[in-house]
Amino acid sequence: MGTESVQPSLIQSVVKLTQLDKLLGLGRANSLWPMTFGLACCAIEMMATGASRFDLARFGAEVFRPSPRQCDVMIVAGTINHKMAPAVKTLYDQMPEPKWVIAMGNCAISGGPFVFKGQYGIVEGADKFLPVDVYVPGCPPRPEALIEGILHLEEKITGSRRWPRVEAK
Amino acid sequence: MNPIPEVLRLVIYLTCLILFAALNAAYLVWVERKGAGHIQRRIGPKEVGPFGLLQPLADGIKLMTKQLFLPAGVDPVLFKVAPILLLVPAVMSFVTIPFSETLVARDINLGLLMIFAFASVNVLGVLIGGWASNNKYAVISAARAVSQNVAYEIPMLITVITMVMVTQTMNLNEIVMQQPNIFKWYVFRFTASPLMPVAFLIFFICSLAETNRAPFDLAEAESELIAGAYTEYPGMGFGVFFMGEYANIVIGCAVTTILFLGGWQCPFGLAPGWWWFLAKLYLLIWTVVWIRWTYPRVQFYALLNLSWKVLIPISLVNLLLTGAMIKVF
Repeated sequence: MGTESVQPSLIQSVVKLTQLDKLLGLGRANSLWPMTFGLACCAIEMMATGASRFDLARFGAEVFRPSPRQCDVMIVAGTINHKMAPAVKTLYDQMPEPKWVIAMGNCAISGGPFVFKGQYGIVEGADKFLPVDVYVPGCPPRPEALIEGILHLEEKITGSRRWPRVEAK
Repeated sequence: MNPIPEVLRLVIYLTCLILFAALNAAYLVWVERKGAGHIQRRIGPKEVGPFGLLQPLADGIKLMTKQLFLPAGVDPVLFKVAPILLLVPAVMSFVTIPFSETLVARDINLGLLMIFAFASVNVLGVLIGGWASNNKYAVISAARAVSQNVAYEIPMLITVITMVMVTQTMNLNEIVMQQPNIFKWYVFRFTASPLMPVAFLIFFICSLAETNRAPFDLAEAESELIAGAYTEYPGMGFGVFFMGEYANIVIGCAVTTILFLGGWQCPFGLAPGWWWFLAKLYLLIWTVVWIRWTYPRVQFYALLNLSWKVLIPISLVNLLLTGAMIKVF
């Protein structure tokens, strides 16, 4: 948005036009519908996140829409090989704005265990061709990690975190 | 006689009915998600407002502010008309629904006919939506929706004809007045036909299939057809389709309540009113949600077999039996 760089003028300090933005942000953050879409084993963890033990539904993000037209967030769950990359790109392009991307797992972040000299089949990271918003590390990440990723994305959209952050001791 | 001017009454009813349809659509989605959660041993939406009650609001804000665009190759006019064609007949049908003895927008004597006339329009919405999307999955889904609706409209209408033979009126309010207590509800009116509970079941199954609800949601089978006829609809186009779908469920359950379960009449003859109607209505709607999350989707041939080989013969037998009973007694 670039709002940080703009000096607050007198009018802006009196009239708060950002309230609508905040409302829209809240609405969008609390209804992040992911795409029914998995590339490799991370997708199993993504399914576990939606199932009863971890229950992504608590945050209103359990509506996995099969059509990219109705999705808000693309969870790139797994290894992207060169053959799959155009399909992933197409799916991303078919989503209407505003849209976000979560790179789930080491393969989607950087190629993970497939990065070695002379490898020819794997795209080394979803951010090579998609604007990734949140990276969730792990091989595969646990469902808690994916939920934390979604909370991070909500924080990115609304500017405030849902719960206090747990600090490492 | 009438203290409120006719125009004002019209506006009030119109506003309230649209509000009723919209609120129902919003909060039935919440009931659906929460119910699904508890049936699958999850909690369901709980973080957005108390018990997740603001979840429909968040969904609404998000759907309304999604980017609006026409996918390449769609028919621009039909693509926009289709969701409205699904929603409007459903809202129109509310006009004749008697919420209580006096709480009815238009107490016309052909109310039942009007509802079924409009009910056959809403399949046009799905058909046009699927066709205009210019998407192979959407077209297959539209074809499925049409053949399913044709198949299930027949046993449904045969059952309705049976009911009209018994009630001898198409005025919904009069039909309700004929059922003052639980023994006179048409579902238990064995003097009219011993097959009345079966007629009730047939009607309920058909209304499930007519509204494309699981286990008959073949038109929206995610595993085969992406999102069916709604595949190409972004944002609120999809939202309006869903509102129409839920409004249709409410209409289906309301008509079931009126025809078989005594509408706004109390089961024990105590204090009849809109509260009884809404209690029965939401009990039926909850049953619809319950069925959806309990049974898997049927295969398409099984769906058509159920209609043509089971429901139509049974409803025809019921029609003949009721006719004979009326003739004899």
